[in-house]
Amino acid sequence: MSIAPSALPISMRGIEKRFGSVAVLRDLNLDVEAGEFLTLLGPSGSGKTTLLMILAGFVRANAGSIKVGNDEIITTPPHKRNIGMVFQNYALFPHMNVFHNIAFPLKQRSVTAAKTAERVEKALDLVKLQGLGERRVDQLSGGQRQRVALARAIVFEPRIVLMDEPLSALDKGLREHMQIELRALHRRLGMTTVYVTHDQREAITMSDRIAVMNGGRIEQLDRPETLYATPQTRFVAGFIGESNFIPVECRNGSVWYEDRRIHTAAPVPAAGQHLMVVRPEKLRLLANAEPASGVNVLNATLSDIIYQGDSFVCYAVLRDGRQLTLRDYCRSDVLAKMPASGQPVSLGLDAQDTILVAAD
Amino acid sequence: MSAPALMQETAGAGQDLNAQALRTDARRESLRLLALLSPSLFLVFAIIIVPIGWLFWLSLFDEAGAFSAANYARFFEQVSYIKTFTTTFKVAFIVTGACVLLGYPLAYMLSQLPRRAASICLIFVILPFWTSVLVRTYAWLVILQRKGLINSWLIDLGVISQPLSLANNLSGVVIGMTHILLPFLVLPLYASMKTIDTDCLRAGMNLGAGPVATFRQIFFPLSLPGLASGVVIVFVLCLGFFVTPALMGGGKVIMWAMRMEQTTSLYSNWGAGAALGVVLLVVTLALLGLFQWLLGARATGVWSSR
Repeated sequence: MSIAPSALPISMRGIEKRFGSVAVLRDLNLDVEAGEFLTLLGPSGSGKTTLLMILAGFVRANAGSIKVGNDEIITTPPHKRNIGMVFQNYALFPHMNVFHNIAFPLKQRSVTAAKTAERVEKALDLVKLQGLGERRVDQLSGGQRQRVALARAIVFEPRIVLMDEPLSALDKGLREHMQIELRALHRRLGMTTVYVTHDQREAITMSDRIAVMNGGRIEQLDRPETLYATPQTRFVAGFIGESNFIPVECRNGSVWYEDRRIHTAAPVPAAGQHLMVVRPEKLRLLANAEPASGVNVLNATLSDIIYQGDSFVCYAVLRDGRQLTLRDYCRSDVLAKMPASGQPVSLGLDAQDTILVAAD
Repeated sequence: MSAPALMQETAGAGQDLNAQALRTDARRESLRLLALLSPSLFLVFAIIIVPIGWLFWLSLFDEAGAFSAANYARFFEQVSYIKTFTTTFKVAFIVTGACVLLGYPLAYMLSQLPRRAASICLIFVILPFWTSVLVRTYAWLVILQRKGLINSWLIDLGVISQPLSLANNLSGVVIGMTHILLPFLVLPLYASMKTIDTDCLRAGMNLGAGPVATFRQIFFPLSLPGLASGVVIVFVLCLGFFVTPALMGGGKVIMWAMRMEQTTSLYSNWGAGAALGVVLLVVTLALLGLFQWLLGARATGVWSSR
């Protein structure tokens, strides 16, 4: 019953794009596997939307190659690329009802009326909008419009589906619901999907792999859990999840924070200045200053405790004035031993949670 | 038993609590609002209702000053009236058509230009407004007349041997009026084209429609409301146009407004002139109503269920 496009891989090589003298994309290389859900994640101005526009054919690159399967499409006009796209504002045709919106790509491909009706029906079914074909676009809610846009993008069984921040206009609850639904739909249909967002949580929830973009380059391309556990640059560590950064020094094959040796599971990098990435949920409040081996201890002064119902956040200040954030769940044993603000505390960080990135 | 009774009493009192005072307050507020509106209501009454009522009143008296429907009967009896009526509509249709044919591509081009270039070009669309209609009409007369610019150029170039009759006839009227009314079509059309979401056009291409199909199936239908308002403005202005047909028509093209002028200033028949005015007003309102109805029908999906 499913609409099953034959998924194809995408291979981008040496993509360059300049607007005037501003380089938006610099020698960008990216491979998307067949059937993969890949997210381009980055702040605004990182070039992620431009890359998507180049993929769709709306923006012409200055140099580069895009292969879909074995076909070079860099000069193919957008209407011949056979790529489905979900736009940020949905871009539904306001003068057509839901049925005609979804039937539009089929009409362009001269699909017969009977076949069109059948496929539109199937697509409506897939996005759970059965029986809404005769609705006008302005009679739909935001979530329904989003589903129509999705149905329209997949009804013609495109080789690739592109999504440009499709959930950003929805409110929080609906957005989280749609993330899971989009993910499920992708699993079911298996089309190669390139998704653009600036929301790291959304990217982590939905993607097979995430390409973190910054300044027109891909900083890191990895599975979400790898990105989170082992960010390779300060930017990635800061952009994905919360991070505290503590400057450390590598010398003689070990890592030092002030006069304290830092244990790390990862190989010690080359000598020089580095940054230790401390995730708030990896830090623990220690009962005493002498913990088991393999745990790094940071001595600090507790400055504030904020209760958030299910969890709490502690702000602690290190001797050098640097602030650390610690997050933990409100379990009664933790709460019972909670120190008061202003008290000295020892914060523990396991060696395998100790991440080092180059200082820039 | 006394406790429930007391509660009932309080509940009963609660329902009417201050009801009278609140009603009075609401009434007082609407009176105050009416008082604030009264200057504008008076203006509307004094400069719209009264003159039109007077016009209508005048149209009901014949030349002798007797109360009659003779002024209206004339529309059906006199051939010249019917001819004026058809001429007016013929000119209005041709001019509106010419404005659409010239204005649509112009507005489309303006809407596709970068912002800066578009605003410079828009100045050239608006520029003619800064010159009087009379001056522009005489300028056209200079250009189009038998020994005017166009005819002398064409004869010099050997394209024609006899001068074309471009002025002092219907074509002169149409050329002059089209020039003057074109901005009234271009401006609303341009404004509505600017509101068309470029992502809709991109979506069209993305979904497999080439440039022509995207224009035909998406851009053009979305520009129709703007086109309709431009067409209505131009058409209605055509119906009451005076200066250009009077000067460019060479007396051969008699339009409604010219007939009005003749009736009042030449024959001093105010009743007949007033009747012409009333009929023009009624026809214009009927047309506006018709357009409104057509647009309303569109919005409820006549085109969407195609």
